[in-house]
Amino acid sequence: MINLTINGKSVSVPEGVTILEAAKQNNIYIPNLCYLEGVHKFGSCRLCVVEVEGARTLQASCMVPAREGMVVRTNTEKTRKARKALYELILSDHPKDCLSCERNRSCELQEMGDILGVTEARYNGEKSKGRIDISPSITRDMSKCILCRRCITVCNQIQNVGVLNAQNRGFETVIGTAMDLPLNTVNCAYCGQCTIVCPVGALKETDAIQDVWNAINDKNKRVVVQVAPAIRVAIGEDLGYEPGNIVTGKLATALRELGFDDVFDTNFTADLTIIEEGTEFLTRVKNALTGGQATLPMITSCSPGWIKYVEHSFPEKLDHLSTCKSPHTMLGALAKSYYAEKIKIDPKDMYVVSVMPCTAKKYEVSRPEMQNNGVPNVDAVLTTRELAKMIKEAGIDFRNLDDAQFDNPLGLSSGAADIFGVTGGVMEAALRTVYELVTGRQLPFDKLHVTPIVGLQQIKEAEFTIENPLEAYKFLDGVTVKVAVTSGLSGAKVLLEQIAKGESPYHFIEVMGCPGGCISGGGQPRPTTPEIRQKRLEAIYREDEGKELRKSHENKYVTKLYEEFLKEPNGHKSHELLHTHYTKRGKFNEYIIK
Amino acid sequence: MSSEALSCQCCCDEESDQQKYQRIAEIIEKYKNREGSLIQVLHLSQSIYGYLPLELQIFIADHMDKPLSEVSGVITFYSFFSTQPRGKHTIRVCMGTACYVRGGKKLIDRLEGILGVSVGSTTEDKKFTFEIARCIGACGLAPAMMIDDVVFKQVNPDKLESILAKY
Repeated sequence: MINLTINGKSVSVPEGVTILEAAKQNNIYIPNLCYLEGVHKFGSCRLCVVEVEGARTLQASCMVPAREGMVVRTNTEKTRKARKALYELILSDHPKDCLSCERNRSCELQEMGDILGVTEARYNGEKSKGRIDISPSITRDMSKCILCRRCITVCNQIQNVGVLNAQNRGFETVIGTAMDLPLNTVNCAYCGQCTIVCPVGALKETDAIQDVWNAINDKNKRVVVQVAPAIRVAIGEDLGYEPGNIVTGKLATALRELGFDDVFDTNFTADLTIIEEGTEFLTRVKNALTGGQATLPMITSCSPGWIKYVEHSFPEKLDHLSTCKSPHTMLGALAKSYYAEKIKIDPKDMYVVSVMPCTAKKYEVSRPEMQNNGVPNVDAVLTTRELAKMIKEAGIDFRNLDDAQFDNPLGLSSGAADIFGVTGGVMEAALRTVYELVTGRQLPFDKLHVTPIVGLQQIKEAEFTIENPLEAYKFLDGVTVKVAVTSGLSGAKVLLEQIAKGESPYHFIEVMGCPGGCISGGGQPRPTTPEIRQKRLEAIYREDEGKELRKSHENKYVTKLYEEFLKEPNGHKSHELLHTHYTKRGKFNEYIIK
Repeated sequence: MSSEALSCQCCCDEESDQQKYQRIAEIIEKYKNREGSLIQVLHLSQSIYGYLPLELQIFIADHMDKPLSEVSGVITFYSFFSTQPRGKHTIRVCMGTACYVRGGKKLIDRLEGILGVSVGSTTEDKKFTFEIARCIGACGLAPAMMIDDVVFKQVNPDKLESILAKY
């Protein structure tokens, strides 16, 4: 511990912390903008300047380590004036169209002006010439960028993708791709983590709200909506709730009030995914153990950001991916076949909207692989943030809504489906079903939670040995199954490199593209801090434990779907509607240059 | 400067693109595991290839195992690096404070007329690339300009044509 004085108060802090962190630990707030706890420490905005006795100039407190005997003053006329001037300088190159900006009242720059007590904008000069770049998932409006570089940190250090970096120099500096290439021509995974950390309106999801209103307004369209597992534990944050609240029932009601004809639950096809993916896994293992051809480890394929990453970075390893489509495209495919047949409408007259915690899903639905008979499985994807905006726009008093249920036949789900929204969840859900299928016994873990793969660590692993399996699975007797789970693309890279070197010890790997899984997806409410992520995680497990139905194979509507329509897991119909293939892409390009 | 860059000066013109890429690959192999070596690699690559087009940036990023946006970021940060083909000779007119005050702007205007291109461009015959420099450290000789490594002092605009004729 080291001792220093901040604003006349003697404090002790661990060695290595910055002045800003030392102050925070002692309940002293130093205004700051570009700094992002645990993620980004760069010192680009300089708003956190403080006076340090003996130092010639003001010091950026987010960068300077606290030292023994230091005397720091955070609240002096000099620091207050400097912060205001620095703020006004940022403002001099920022459009002042706040009232019509989508970040109005959720903008960190705007909030900082309030905190600093800024009442004038004295500097007027040249404005940077920002370009608007619209990709299927992410829209970049660089005229609003304040060069904080948080997006660079998440894109490079956290996600290991590296499509964004500072280009040019001085006033010409712009955060962008190499040679200003459009985002849809480079190796962006569309994870959208940059849109979560952007403090202003420079990085955001590509808007689908008007397309969805148009579909709802169209009397000839049957408009179907579905919501992903991670929405119900997060959307409350944009509608006045504290993080960690589960609002499933009100969400179903709100969707009906918005005018959707059918309110389905992506959880239903999460359960279905477990049956399809579990069957695929057992088939691969059987082939491997009985001398046939099989690629192991098998890796989950629910996360389209992860899929795009692996297509760019490890195009020779695509055989490891499960061929299962992601759950929401499965639901779209079933809505436009199984359900359309039931209600006797032409699939072309149906419009499927997915509400997702994800920006990459916006791109995913535009892939040619995600169509059947020339009709896209899903027509539009809204992020959690976009749905919250629609609810506000419609004047719905969300807090006072009654609870309701999702519609059947695509609305019932098990707790196993709920945990698809969190890292480790897909694996746990699969193990609950596969273990029971193979042994006839319940997965031997407390409350069915595979504890070693629960939590927010980057790479987690578990193993268990199969004993006394049922007759049909005798080939598995005594086999120790090894699984790994990772979230965030840096962890995925580590596991893929093992595979590329032929050193992977695993049979089954779960990868989610965003750190923590879909609970902190690129389409979730801002901010997503470590505390908020933890609260959403706990909420998801609460939702799971609160259900009677905990295992995917016990979902009676899934059973009925097989009886009436699909016939058997991994069967002909499943392959046509629920499975897909992947595309090799260039390391830095959308497609490989021939 | 290391020997790779020097040795290239004499053989650039006869070398095929494939040979140039081969030599750049060898340089990268030598430097790739040294921290902070990207600038050196770019510097040598430009001296071999003449400039750093996107295809070459992709080649370097791939072989250095770095993001393409980082490579491009470094290239666009330093004015020494060029992403456009360059002329045989580079004219740099100093626009530092002293040269500016002593008539640097007049040199620019006159050169634009003589060369038929604006600042930042290369002449059609690929003979000259025309640029501005921010103080070349010859303030006492203002207005100054450089052609390649040679400094011309107290340049009289009327003498420009005869200077260029030597190249």
